[in-house]
Amino acid sequence: MSSSTSSSSPVKSTGLHVGAIKPGVAKKDPILVADGVRRQFGGLVAVEVEHVEIPRNAITALIGPNGAGKTTFFNLLTGFDQPNDGKWSFNGKSLAGVSAFKVARLGLIRTFQLTKALGLLTVMDNMKLGSTEQRGEKLSASLFPFLWKKKDAEIEDKALEILRRFKLDEKKDDFAASLSGGQRKLLEMARALMTNPELVMLDEPMAGVNPALTESLLEHILNLKQEGMTVLFVEHDMHMVRHIADWVIVMAEGKVVAEGAPDEVMKNPAVIDAYLGSHQDIDLGTVTGRVTLPTLPKEK
Amino acid sequence: MRTRSTMRRRIARLASALSAFALAFGALAIAAPAQADVVNAEMPFKVSGNVQNQGKPVAGVTVTLTGAAGYTATVATDADGKFVAGVPAKEADYTVTLDETTLPEGIAVIDNPATTFVEANVQTVTVGPGGRATMNFFIGQGERHTTSFVDQVVQRLISGLNFGLMLALASVGLSLIYGTTGISNFAHAELVTFGAVATFGLVALMGPGLLWLAIPIALILSAGLGWGLDAALWAPLRRRGMGLVQLMIVSIGLSLGIRYTYQFFIGGSTEQLPGSDAERFKLFGSVTLSITDIVSMGLSVILIVAFALWLSRTKIGKATRAISDNPSLAASSGIDVDGVVRIVWIIGSVLAGFSGILWAYFRPGIRWDMGGQILLLIFAATTLGGLGTAYGALVGSLIVGVLVEGSSLFIPSDLKYVGALVILIGILLFRPQGILGRKERVG
Amino acid sequence: MDFLGILSSSVSFILAPTTLAYALATLGLAVHFGFGGLLNMGMAGFMALGAYGYAIGVLTFGLPWYLAAFVGIGAAIVFALILGIPTLRLRGDYLAIVTIAAAEIVRLLLLSSAFGGVTGSADGLSGFNGPGGTITNPAEGAGGFDQSNPIPAGTYGFPPFLDNERIWYLRIVGAIILGLAIFIVWRLVNSPWGRVIKGIREDEDAVRSLGKNVFAYKMQALIIGGVLGALGGLMLAFSTNVNSSVYVTSLTFFLWTALLLGGAATVFGPLAGSIIFWVLQAFLGLLFPALAEVGLMPFSTIQASQIKFIIVGFALVLLVVFRPQGLFGNKKELTFVK
Ligand SMILES: Nc1ncnc2c1ncn2[C@@H]1O[C@H](COP(=O)(O)OP(=O)(O)O)[C@@H](O)[C@H]1O
Ligand SMILES: [Mg+2]
Repeated sequence: MSSSTSSSSPVKSTGLHVGAIKPGVAKKDPILVADGVRRQFGGLVAVEVEHVEIPRNAITALIGPNGAGKTTFFNLLTGFDQPNDGKWSFNGKSLAGVSAFKVARLGLIRTFQLTKALGLLTVMDNMKLGSTEQRGEKLSASLFPFLWKKKDAEIEDKALEILRRFKLDEKKDDFAASLSGGQRKLLEMARALMTNPELVMLDEPMAGVNPALTESLLEHILNLKQEGMTVLFVEHDMHMVRHIADWVIVMAEGKVVAEGAPDEVMKNPAVIDAYLGSHQDIDLGTVTGRVTLPTLPKEK
Repeated sequence: MRTRSTMRRRIARLASALSAFALAFGALAIAAPAQADVVNAEMPFKVSGNVQNQGKPVAGVTVTLTGAAGYTATVATDADGKFVAGVPAKEADYTVTLDETTLPEGIAVIDNPATTFVEANVQTVTVGPGGRATMNFFIGQGERHTTSFVDQVVQRLISGLNFGLMLALASVGLSLIYGTTGISNFAHAELVTFGAVATFGLVALMGPGLLWLAIPIALILSAGLGWGLDAALWAPLRRRGMGLVQLMIVSIGLSLGIRYTYQFFIGGSTEQLPGSDAERFKLFGSVTLSITDIVSMGLSVILIVAFALWLSRTKIGKATRAISDNPSLAASSGIDVDGVVRIVWIIGSVLAGFSGILWAYFRPGIRWDMGGQILLLIFAATTLGGLGTAYGALVGSLIVGVLVEGSSLFIPSDLKYVGALVILIGILLFRPQGILGRKERVG
Repeated sequence: MDFLGILSSSVSFILAPTTLAYALATLGLAVHFGFGGLLNMGMAGFMALGAYGYAIGVLTFGLPWYLAAFVGIGAAIVFALILGIPTLRLRGDYLAIVTIAAAEIVRLLLLSSAFGGVTGSADGLSGFNGPGGTITNPAEGAGGFDQSNPIPAGTYGFPPFLDNERIWYLRIVGAIILGLAIFIVWRLVNSPWGRVIKGIREDEDAVRSLGKNVFAYKMQALIIGGVLGALGGLMLAFSTNVNSSVYVTSLTFFLWTALLLGGAATVFGPLAGSIIFWVLQAFLGLLFPALAEVGLMPFSTIQASQIKFIIVGFALVLLVVFRPQGLFGNKKELTFVK
């Protein structure tokens, strides 16, 4: 199972956009639409996205050099930060002014660049926390175990199944703090899945994960799409982006500078410019990637 | 647009919070203050006195006593013109104020030639070792001692500035320590007390004439204390990578331990430094100032300017700011973080020690818990400015100082700290990161 | 020197009403900090409201004692709401400073002579446990706490627990309240609700990203812990007069010491910590002066009686440095995250 991905290339979704490809191009079936979203820190404009649409049931990669504003954009979309200006909507519902937890309840779940595993909770408790609509989480019901014991057992079964997929089931009773950095990333993603999300936003899910794990992570991301979810992820390694993304959005200095299918977008001069400045003779993959995956084909 | 609506929501929230406060305590305010001829009878020591109009007792005159540690008592004279109030400490000073509006028409307190204080209806009485003191008021035909509102405002402003500058000395140090190490140092109060206690000890040793020498030595000892605390406690804990909450609780324990150690050595009474009874002279109207006030403000300004120059001009000062900005970046760019933090502790302790000496003159008096009495105001000032920004702490201190002193124009003086603390909470509602602080990033 | 006497007086603190009061308030701190990660440095304020609310309920409003007790609890809930709305969004260290400030505001308001007619200002309040009644008309009493004591007058028990009916009644009432409180807290922290609260302790943004209303949970934790604090204050008020000089910042710090002694993220730690704290306090507070009196310590007896406070301070330092999980906590679950 672990090496199957590398041998067979995943099926890419195509024909996601409408009209000529340009930054901010309309999508056939967008799940998330942002308009004029701007965030300023003092004098620094960290994010200034004129228009962007995320296609439904596809894997979209958000790339861009460090400091391009990707994380800030994630924070804005998910209600963890408030923009100075702009509007954005999820499934047609405006999210402006909606607090982070309500955004999550709508089915838009994000993970964090700096992993947020809940260290002194067990892996299983981390997972159970992800589950929604638990009666026992209400103060009044929590005092009466008979009201929530059954649901809790169901959640546990579901959590075990996901943990098994992420190969964390053996660790279920360990404190999350005892996991390795990569395992914590996995746990965070697994926990996000417990919420049954519609759109999963992953901020650098592969950073700090060792190559062996990276592969299974990629596989998980591809599985999410098969299960009908939409994925938006930030990644620096072009080889991985090329491998799994159906669509790529490139940010630089807060703006969306390019969009397109993975292979096309790499050739876009604006992208090469954003990443390399004058060193245009270097291969993009080696500049931006931290890990090279010998098992992954360089070119499709 | 959005920000404005959040703002409106926040204002509404503040308003509802404040009105709840007001409701809760407004109900209590309706009841009139206790009227009796003896108050605080269970307290161990007494201040008593007579109010007489040309030998005849005047009944029903309100007299207010205030003293250290927020002590206040209001008492009315009985049919014999007598009042008695229990006080908590002996060998301490109390201010006794006769409310002239409660006198019969046409008469006022007349100057008692024995006192040097300007307003004859406000007198200072010292409860000696015997634990008892008497304070008589002489009433006669005369001008009432009313102070014009402008004079009061100016007086409070000067006092507030003086107090604020004193607070600033302590809070910039606290803020610098927080910025470089992340410690919310509750033991800063004890560094403040240390300056005053050390000066007191040295004066007792060398004689009051050598005060000018005792102060610098006390500051050197303060530096030593800062150095020692860092070397023996904080640096090892830093190396262990101890969490910030733990460090904070360690500082609380340290604060308790040191505070009670002071009490062990100097006891529970209030002691005075030489010159604390300096004469007040008239500035204009009824605005008065003492020589200690002037020296105190002058020295504070000099020290703060020197500190600012150090922070902005010297290599170590710049390194300090770099560490506050981003410790790991500073460390990786070759700054000796441990060395700089050691210096920060030393400077913070010296500034705190000096502010303690000034506090001993401002209160006035030295007590084992004197630092603890203003710790919250120091924290309020630091927090107002934004934790970890030294200039913010300065601004915050001046605001808190003026606020505390100024608020007694409008609210009872035993509630003057309350105003500052309520404002602290209010401001954090609008700017959770403080006035000059930065917002933290998520993710 | 009567060493046995000292020992027996110290041991009597195991079941002292004060110890039970501390245990209740410390349990509240455990809910706040140990389970919820809220750095509440203002527990003394909650206790003060519990105690004064009750006393004022009896003296000013003329309520029977059990209704007056709810005035104290209600005051703590209102205080938690007022405090929580602006502060629960703040970073942990800001929260510590704001809570300590709020507790001081409460104390200063209770101390101020402006409200002396109700709070007794510096004198505090007394006489509210007696037959009841109001300041103006004691005869209109509705029946005080002492009158509700069903135990016939007399002395019961065996040394060092040889006490009169009032002390025994206090112990029983305190133990029942504490037992109930411990049971409820135990249920809470082992439920899905407790899971969310502990998650917030670890990283509130992570919990928020999973769709939980973090603010509401923190507020609930603040109120529950605050009510426990108020019950602690109530317990103190049942046993003696109330005075604002009791509810100072040091009280909060002593509670923290008791909490960390027992283990912050445990349900029984607060009780254990409070017992150890008080027995040791009593023991050292009696031993040192006795030693000084017979000349075994080169201090005055007053000085000797203060050594215990110095020891508390430095013990707190040592505890955090060397045994952060408390005497009974699980080493792995040292509640301290960055
Ligand atoms: N809270 C903040 N305060 C000030 N500047 C910030 C904050 N968050 C992000 N920035 C700045 O905004 C820019 C974009 O940062 P970020 O979104 O983290 O970029 P990316 O995730 O693409 O690497 C950077 O220059 C960063 O320093
Ligand atoms: Mg980023």
